[in-house]
Amino acid sequence: MQFFLEVLIGGLLSGVLYALVALGFVLIFKASGVFNFAQGAMVFFAALTFVGFQEVLPGWTGLEEGGSAVFWLAFALALVSMIILGILTEKIVLRPLVNQPHITLFMATIGLSYLIEGIAQGVWGANVRGLDLGIEDVPVEWLMESSNILVSKFDLVAAGIAGVLVASLALLFQYTKIGRALRAVADDHQAALSIGIPLQHIWVIVWGVAGFVALIAGMIWGARNGVQFALTYTALKALPVLILGGFTSVPGAIVGGLIIGASEKLAEVYVGPFVGGGIESWFPYVLALLFLLVRPEGLFGEKHIDRV
Amino acid sequence: MKLKKTVLLGATIGGLLAGGYASAAEQFIGLPSYRVGPYAAGGSALFGAWIDYMQMINERDGGVGGVKLVWEECETEYNNARGVECYERLKNKGETGNSVFQPISTGITYSVLEKVAQDKIPMVTIGYGRTDAADGRIFPWVFPMVTTYWSQASGIVNYIGMKEGGMDKLKGKKIGLLYHDSAYGKESHAIMDKLAAKHGFEVIKIPVAHPGNEQQSQWLQIRQAKPDYVILWGWGVMNPTAIKSAAKTGYPREKMIGVWWSGAEEDTVPAGSAAKGFTAAGFNVAGTNYPLIKDIEKHVYAKGKGNMEDKSRVGGVYYNRGVVSGIITVEAIRKAQEKYGQGKALTGEQMRWGFENLNMDAKHLASIGATGFMPEMQISCLDHEGSGKVKFQQWDGSKWKVLTDWVDSDKPLVRGMIEESAAAYAKEKGITPRDCSKEM
Amino acid sequence: MFYREAGQFKASYQADQQIFPIRQDRVAVWALIVFFAAVVPVIADQYWLKAILIPVLIFSLAALGLNILTGYAGQLSLGSAAFMAVGAFGAYNFMLRIDGMPFLLALVMGGLCAAAVGVLFGLPSLRIKGFYLAVATLAAQFFIVWALVKFPWFSNYSSSGVISTQEISILGFVFDGPTSKYMLTLAVVVVLALAAKNMVRSSTGRAWMAVRDMDVAAEVIGIRPMRTKLIAFAVSSFYCGVAGALYAYTYLGTVEPEGFNLDLSFKILFMIIIGGTGSIMGSFLGAAFIVLLPILLDNFVPSLLGDLVSSSFVSNFQLIVFGGMIIFFLIVEPHGLARLWQIGKEKLRLWPFPH
Repeated sequence: MQFFLEVLIGGLLSGVLYALVALGFVLIFKASGVFNFAQGAMVFFAALTFVGFQEVLPGWTGLEEGGSAVFWLAFALALVSMIILGILTEKIVLRPLVNQPHITLFMATIGLSYLIEGIAQGVWGANVRGLDLGIEDVPVEWLMESSNILVSKFDLVAAGIAGVLVASLALLFQYTKIGRALRAVADDHQAALSIGIPLQHIWVIVWGVAGFVALIAGMIWGARNGVQFALTYTALKALPVLILGGFTSVPGAIVGGLIIGASEKLAEVYVGPFVGGGIESWFPYVLALLFLLVRPEGLFGEKHIDRV
Repeated sequence: MKLKKTVLLGATIGGLLAGGYASAAEQFIGLPSYRVGPYAAGGSALFGAWIDYMQMINERDGGVGGVKLVWEECETEYNNARGVECYERLKNKGETGNSVFQPISTGITYSVLEKVAQDKIPMVTIGYGRTDAADGRIFPWVFPMVTTYWSQASGIVNYIGMKEGGMDKLKGKKIGLLYHDSAYGKESHAIMDKLAAKHGFEVIKIPVAHPGNEQQSQWLQIRQAKPDYVILWGWGVMNPTAIKSAAKTGYPREKMIGVWWSGAEEDTVPAGSAAKGFTAAGFNVAGTNYPLIKDIEKHVYAKGKGNMEDKSRVGGVYYNRGVVSGIITVEAIRKAQEKYGQGKALTGEQMRWGFENLNMDAKHLASIGATGFMPEMQISCLDHEGSGKVKFQQWDGSKWKVLTDWVDSDKPLVRGMIEESAAAYAKEKGITPRDCSKEM
Repeated sequence: MFYREAGQFKASYQADQQIFPIRQDRVAVWALIVFFAAVVPVIADQYWLKAILIPVLIFSLAALGLNILTGYAGQLSLGSAAFMAVGAFGAYNFMLRIDGMPFLLALVMGGLCAAAVGVLFGLPSLRIKGFYLAVATLAAQFFIVWALVKFPWFSNYSSSGVISTQEISILGFVFDGPTSKYMLTLAVVVVLALAAKNMVRSSTGRAWMAVRDMDVAAEVIGIRPMRTKLIAFAVSSFYCGVAGALYAYTYLGTVEPEGFNLDLSFKILFMIIIGGTGSIMGSFLGAAFIVLLPILLDNFVPSLLGDLVSSSFVSNFQLIVFGGMIIFFLIVEPHGLARLWQIGKEKLRLWPFPH
């Protein structure tokens, strides 16, 4: 039982981190209908830019290395880079492709991911870097002592950050003017345009927010595994979350993340040994696939009605 | 390309100064490198170091035996199809064609395995590739030099035995094998099973799905099973994640032993303080305190001709591994020149002879300034591996510290497996093994 | 002027039903086939045959397979590389386990294995659409590669999971040189391409297009969507499977399951998007583009930039240009290279009096 709980809690916490990456996909898909495969590359780019600035800033400005001034300045610069990246993407890639089939847009984002990966490693080099956020990755002691259940402190904090992020995004969507505009755009581009919502601005904002989410995700994943190319693979963990939760739902991303995280860990531990293990690579996809057979639009996705 | 041009220019100017001296011979070396994508971290250091070493030889000695080394890179992206294209493209470049192919990718090794024999270009795979190619009778053109995965597994078990105070102490022990769930990771299974049967320990095999950026379930399993040691047979992001997850689940890092693709700065630095105490095997050591690295710094970097963007990576594990590739290439040229004469470019066939007769004993290593840097090795027609020894290094939180001397493998056992596997390949392909007594 | 179908009368049903009803097309196709079958092997050197032409042909076939599924039947798939893997390992095992197995039959059997697996993973397409389906096909991608690594039977218990293909011999003739392998690949690809061209204008092909354009409407007019979609999956996977088997036998010689990764699936998808969805010729153009562009860049970028920047940047710059070119092509010609060809044909038809 103790082992089961450990696996379950660990899985749920990992799931939140998957959701964090999935969130970036949802934001962009919701507002512009683009399935942005470059989200993984953006996570990598954001984290690498942040760490890169952390490395060079002390030399440029004379600030103390590893100090909080450098941290926040690097964070700000990375965020600005992400927003610039978002604006450029919107202007150079998406605007000329308006009204093209979804698959063309999708392929353009794959092209974009090559571009971003090349720029990231071309500018900052291919070294693997460590990233220390100052949160120790050790078991929570009182849980360990009281019930011998192992829960990582880092994962708890990371899940907390993700939770705050999702809640604030949900509030942003629900209660602000921009949020209302965003929802209007998501519902119907044409109608939104005709009542005077500046579509292009909205898209820039969405790409900027997605860049911000990518930066947070990149920093958390980078602190877990190091800032390296493999950060782009976080996208592969996010995709099943996305189809399970629905492409257009922010809460769906969280719920989907929890389900995928917990079930993949439980499956690896309890089913894996019977088939030789290593099933984490495909299990979430098969699970999502089976789920879709029952509900083709995902948990919280919008129901699509076909009319002749 | 850049370097080739510089070298050409240098050669021309040198020729003019010497007064009508005919253009110097050049030995062409094709570099199927990879510097983008997930493999870039390793590739940039491995190939950068290899280039730096050749550059150093050119700068310091004016080449090998009066022959300048020239090279050209071809980007493979670690992709098999691109690797084949690079192989074909580089094949006929230079005066005598490409004289050695070292893809530093097991996939590309397999993809050109049969082609190198047809084209008569020796292929050297140091620490990767096809293990049973160590049987030179069946694979005359392939050299899995220094050591192979199977020797390494055996070396690691021998090291654990040493730590426990004798191989007989291994009886009843549990050794976890956390492996990358791919062809690469599964290479460990057969040898570990054999060793377990021989020494009476138990192997607990735990796969990690690619890319391995999540290992919660694996380490909770390890926490349940409580193995005495964990061998980390990982690659890329899987390594720091494993080290961090070990810390998270309270597994002592001193009991974790990585293979050579799990034991570089790239694997420990991202894991931060969690990596302290982590031990890894390697056929080369880290550090700049070796005469040949000093020479690279003096003759290459001091002149601003270094290939590494980030000079601080010089002396890292991957960098020094690339230097090993350079050493072996240069020494094979030297050896082949003994037989075929100096001052002219060697063909692939002549280079093959050079590799096959390479004998790098302690004296030889000392003469090139590589004592302790890599193991002594002697290649022969029968044995294309040559050494099979590894050193163990421990991460002290900021750098690798050498723990042991060269640890040998269980030669008879590994060699038996190699011959068995190579014989099966020969039978499948209808190859008649060479008679090594007739070589030389 | 040069491309005028006026004056070409068809006097029989047979003439009307030819694969290429316009004479110029017929001539062009025959000329191309003759060129690639008779002229190219003579003038091309080993490098061109082994490193360029064979892979372009093989990827054309794979792209053709995906184009049938995505371009004609409208089902998005990200698992093409996995179906190639099934074909390669299928053919290998038929050759290995059945004595005296003819190579061409093994090729077909490999394709059929892929088709069977394709149908299995195509089943969800009956309920799932669009990107949900695309992501769901990733299940096939990851599961198949996992299974091929995990169960050593597939690779005949080789310790490294890599298979090394057997010698190809048809009726006693051994295909071992680059020229003979090229000819074999070309023959298979031409036959299958003509078959595909024929298929897409048959009732099956029309049913695919109806389902693609609107599956509810197609159902209303009496097309069975389940049958149609599954046939598309089967045929598409068959093509991918044969391409995979050729990839193993005539191109690389040794393959590992990990070689058929997601990246390859994306590349194949790029081929049809850049080449043109719903176009047989587009598959060839797209494959040539995606295979050749990086090689071209690698040949020219280093000599242009080599003196200015580090070699790492040179490599990354190539990736940047590759990504940029893809975006550029999608923006300038979202319907692919095949569309450019169509425009060209139109121009030729009207030239020199466009009004």
